[in-house]
Amino acid sequence: MGRRQILAGAGVAALAAPGLARAQGEAIRIGEINSYTAQPAFLQPYRNAWLLAQEQVNAAGGINGRRLETVFRDDAGRPEDAVRLAGELVNAEKVSLLAGGFLSNVGLALADFANQNKRLFVASEPLTDALVWSRGNKYTFRLRASTYMQSAMLVEEAAKLPAKRWATVAPNYEYGQSAVRWFKELLSRAKPDVEFVAEQFPALGRIDAGATVQALAAANPEAIFNVTFGADLTNFVRQGSTRGLFERRRVVSLLTGEPEYLDPLGDEAPEDWIVTGYPWEQIDTPSHTPFREAYRRRWNDYPRLGSVVGYDTVMAIAALLRKTPTLETEALVEAMSGLKFQSVLGPVEFRAIDHQSTMGAFVGRTVLKNGKGSMADWRYADGKDYLPSDDVVRTLRPQA
Amino acid sequence: MATLEVEGLTKSFGGVRAVQGVTFAVEPGEMLALIGPNGAGKSTCFNMLNGQLRPDAGRVRLMGRDITGIAPRQVWRLGVGRTFQITATFGSMTVLENVQMALLSHHRRLGQLWRPVARMDAAPARALLDRLGMADQAARPCGILAYGDLKRVELAIALANEPKLLLMDEPTAGMAPQERVSLMALTADIARESGIAVLFTEHDMDVVFSHADRILVLDRGRLIAEGEPAVVRADPKVREVYLGSGAVTGAH
Amino acid sequence: MENLVLQALSGLASASSLFLVASGLTVIFGVSRVVNFAHGSLYMLGAYLAWTLVTTLPRGHLGFWGGVIGAALLVGLIGLLVEVLLLRRIYRAPELFQLLATFGVVLIVQDLALMTWGAQDLLGPRAPGLRGSVEIVGLRFPLYELFLIGVGPVVLALLWLLFHRTRWGTLVRAATQDREMVGALGVNQRMLFTSVFFLGSLLAGLGGALQLPRESVNLHMDLSIITEAFVVVVVGGLGSLSGAALAALLIGELHAFGILIVPKITLVLVFLVMALVLVVRPHGLLGKPEAAARGGQGSAEPVIGPAPPALRWLALAALAVAVVLPPFLGDYAVSVLTELAIFVLFAASLHLIMGPGGMASFGHAAYFGLGAYGAALAAQWLGAPMLAGLALAPLMAGIFGLVFGYFCVRLSGVYAAMLTLAFAQIAWSVAFQWVEVTGGDNGILGVWPDAWAAPKLVYYYLALALCLGATLFLRRVVHAPFGYALRAQRDSTLRAEAIGIDAFRIRWLGFALAAAAAGIAGGLFAYGKGSVFPTYMGIPRSVDALLMVLLGGVQTLSGPIIGALAFTGLQEQLVRLTDLWRLILGCIIVLLVLFFPQGLAGAARARWEARHGDA
Repeated sequence: MGRRQILAGAGVAALAAPGLARAQGEAIRIGEINSYTAQPAFLQPYRNAWLLAQEQVNAAGGINGRRLETVFRDDAGRPEDAVRLAGELVNAEKVSLLAGGFLSNVGLALADFANQNKRLFVASEPLTDALVWSRGNKYTFRLRASTYMQSAMLVEEAAKLPAKRWATVAPNYEYGQSAVRWFKELLSRAKPDVEFVAEQFPALGRIDAGATVQALAAANPEAIFNVTFGADLTNFVRQGSTRGLFERRRVVSLLTGEPEYLDPLGDEAPEDWIVTGYPWEQIDTPSHTPFREAYRRRWNDYPRLGSVVGYDTVMAIAALLRKTPTLETEALVEAMSGLKFQSVLGPVEFRAIDHQSTMGAFVGRTVLKNGKGSMADWRYADGKDYLPSDDVVRTLRPQA
Repeated sequence: MATLEVEGLTKSFGGVRAVQGVTFAVEPGEMLALIGPNGAGKSTCFNMLNGQLRPDAGRVRLMGRDITGIAPRQVWRLGVGRTFQITATFGSMTVLENVQMALLSHHRRLGQLWRPVARMDAAPARALLDRLGMADQAARPCGILAYGDLKRVELAIALANEPKLLLMDEPTAGMAPQERVSLMALTADIARESGIAVLFTEHDMDVVFSHADRILVLDRGRLIAEGEPAVVRADPKVREVYLGSGAVTGAH
Repeated sequence: MENLVLQALSGLASASSLFLVASGLTVIFGVSRVVNFAHGSLYMLGAYLAWTLVTTLPRGHLGFWGGVIGAALLVGLIGLLVEVLLLRRIYRAPELFQLLATFGVVLIVQDLALMTWGAQDLLGPRAPGLRGSVEIVGLRFPLYELFLIGVGPVVLALLWLLFHRTRWGTLVRAATQDREMVGALGVNQRMLFTSVFFLGSLLAGLGGALQLPRESVNLHMDLSIITEAFVVVVVGGLGSLSGAALAALLIGELHAFGILIVPKITLVLVFLVMALVLVVRPHGLLGKPEAAARGGQGSAEPVIGPAPPALRWLALAALAVAVVLPPFLGDYAVSVLTELAIFVLFAASLHLIMGPGGMASFGHAAYFGLGAYGAALAAQWLGAPMLAGLALAPLMAGIFGLVFGYFCVRLSGVYAAMLTLAFAQIAWSVAFQWVEVTGGDNGILGVWPDAWAAPKLVYYYLALALCLGATLFLRRVVHAPFGYALRAQRDSTLRAEAIGIDAFRIRWLGFALAAAAAGIAGGLFAYGKGSVFPTYMGIPRSVDALLMVLLGGVQTLSGPIIGALAFTGLQEQLVRLTDLWRLILGCIIVLLVLFFPQGLAGAARARWEARHGDA
């Protein structure tokens, strides 16, 4: 589909949408809760793409003629507020399903709310494995590749390295801890002779980078597994490169290839780290290119990974709604299990066994291009290849 | 038996001897004044009597019982009322409530969580205020009271636990001359009537010589004279200490 | 060995940065007694402004250092503006009220920074000439860190000269020791306060600007630095510059070496240090006991009487509405009302220790959270029914109130408040880190009410009954001898002890009672939400409670009730209306502070008294 077509389509939609809505009855309402004021850097691109996707769906005639409509709510990063707002969306705003969540604890609180109130919750961003495994429930599905999946993708690369002495650094909360735990477990399984010589757990957002770098260097590891992100990552990279921590050492780093985290580093982006991420400017697939261009046109900006997640959450929901004639929760949940849809990154399925989608991530190494961090030698790691066997999943998700 | 017996009381602050070997006694119903120039050690002495300061040496006995170094609130429980040089009352409570607090504490009812204070010990508190001529002020907050009235409230509070001993630090400081006389006369009346021993410090020699039964004179931490007003007035050592001030003659 | 040397140097660099921010805070507190929550925001503004200046100005030494100094000066001016426009007008308000105003500023700055600089982290350039590293004992150490190590002592020396060699400095020191005396000497106090705010803000700005080559500038800088800065100030001793330096050094080094031994310690280390220091030294390392307030100075706390008839009728009418209306409302409105009831009790419990007790608490959320965890742990591990869980909540909170309170109530003023914060953070970190039992930051899920109480309306009536009952009980306590004893020790410890009141014990039991009441609120909150997270005892929740009490007015019994309703209600409405709710809420708080310096209920009371001519 050419650019012109999309443009024309969008124009028609803009003109026709109100008429459509009037003509074709009630809109389908989605309740979306996220930590907008607490995490604006990640959630603005997310919401922008969400709106783009919604506009596209509506421009294409909506869902069986009914428009999609989203009520956004800000939980300010507090799970207890998220639960209250979920109640508001369900009871007062009469939304048909819930979506969203960036922080893991907010995601879990919403999942539990969904379970208790028998509502469908499509978790978009939260990474915690607990969401679909140890605390997974019938009503909760998650789109983004989980901590386990992303760790597993990196372990595959890490196992190819000659390094035996590993150090880890991760923010001190559930995400950081489970990423480190999986990485250690999976890498030890793949290469029994590795040893972990140091681990650092700086408080999230408050890394004492100099001391942390020095402590890691003192253990003299051959390679480092990094889970820090955001401001912590920036500070870690600055101190680490000035102090020579990354010289003659390979770094394997979770999420660092995502523009959200790579771009703020500018020309100080580390080179040759093995990362998961999103090389948005290089992905020219039939599903990605139109998305990137449409996003550019709509927001005069390039997409971040959050944009992909926001866009695909809407697309997944749209696919779900097209599949079910009714908005009744049990039917939605039924249809969601095993739902397949075409994501920006490729075909994705919400697995019936654990409600985890098979959305993958890009694995590659970081390079500097024109004074900016980017990814090279990357490949798309399909999520379906990085999940444990069904038997293992059943033990991880005993309640379901 | 004397109400209060003090024996060899001594206290130093960083090498400076504030009080040295002070010994005296107060009898029931007696008004005993403790005087001396500034820095003589009156306040230090006073603060050791009710437990605010712990003496380095010496004994304090109340009704024959050793109370040396025990906390102020325990001293109070044993029957010692106290007024302060700078009045200390509960500013967020009315005059009546201030007195009620002392009564409630005396009756050990302060732990109660349910019954409103308004209905507890109000009558005896009123009676006390009546006695001190403060009945018409009962409903006013202490925070806005005139200084002289606060002194009376303090006295009422000090009397609430039916004390055997009253310790009054400068009871008339900051009051108009007229008020001083009436307050001290009232105190003396009450003391005699109920057999309360009163020990007070005072700057105003008029007050001292017209109301004290006996006088102790303290200078640089030592007791230099003790006796009835006429004797103390005639004492050359006392005259020397107060030389030139003319205060000790009581002349105007 | 070489590594240890470098670790020590890293600790020094952090200590130096920390000292810059803390020095400004301690200078401001020393003179004005303002607990300046906005100090972290000034620090963040310093970093953002430096980023803008440095990236706009031509590259090179002049551009960089000019940008850093310029940013510090600009932040100084902003601080000056805040003092002149806002704080100056409320110095006479009850203690800690200024905290409310500065919190309003925090909210406003957060949104303004987002609007001005955008959401993405900004990475500033490195300092020219200090980009690289030097070899120390054979290992590489960044030049800029070395430079920072030098900045701290230089600033300390300059401040020392300023305070000891200038007339202005002498006045500031005098004011730090005795505010009234300086006023009595005929010194222009306004100018003194304003200039001190300028200096303090400038130091915050400088601290932020100097971080530019070290870390990225981001929107979380304000809150991540402010608690740490307060800890340094308090550990050092309020108002003491050398104390702040010593404390910064202590914390910087403990951090650097602590992570070698216990990598996960970063979460609580500073609070452990603070708790330990304050338990051993109640006025910090180098602080002096505050001169006791002199009799007759400052406005006396008002008398507490029975509610006037008009207020009684109003309360009855409100209660009637709260009972009759909900069946006609939707589930969401009912759940909001449930939360309102819970927060009313939470605020009322804090008010018991803040108002009648006269002790501030920055960590009251600990007891709210402990109540919530008590209920949730009982449900999760013992399978306890809801009512048993709800009974356990105040018990758990009360017991910890007794334990923590035992240490806290020995201290006074901001020291006591900060010790409550330290204990709250320790409790929080246990909930956060003891994953096997508490689930860590993923919390405990599935704490839903028993079937009979599951309908929102039923649960609302249950919460209303318990919260209203507990709130009225607390009110009753204030009117009972125990509440009077609390006020007695607040008004005059000297007099209280002189009539046999054990001030420590009264405060202690008062603290525990308030903790237990907060525990009830926490337990109800847990079942209302269905889940429990460490955030329940986080600093923001403690601050919320503080804001509710201050907004309503510390000096009236209805203050916390009105404050809780106003604050929670306002926030709930604004969050749903706009993404800029922080900006609007901040502005509203600032306006309320300016127009009602005694809080909402305090203002209503003053107006009522003026009309009825009662004293």
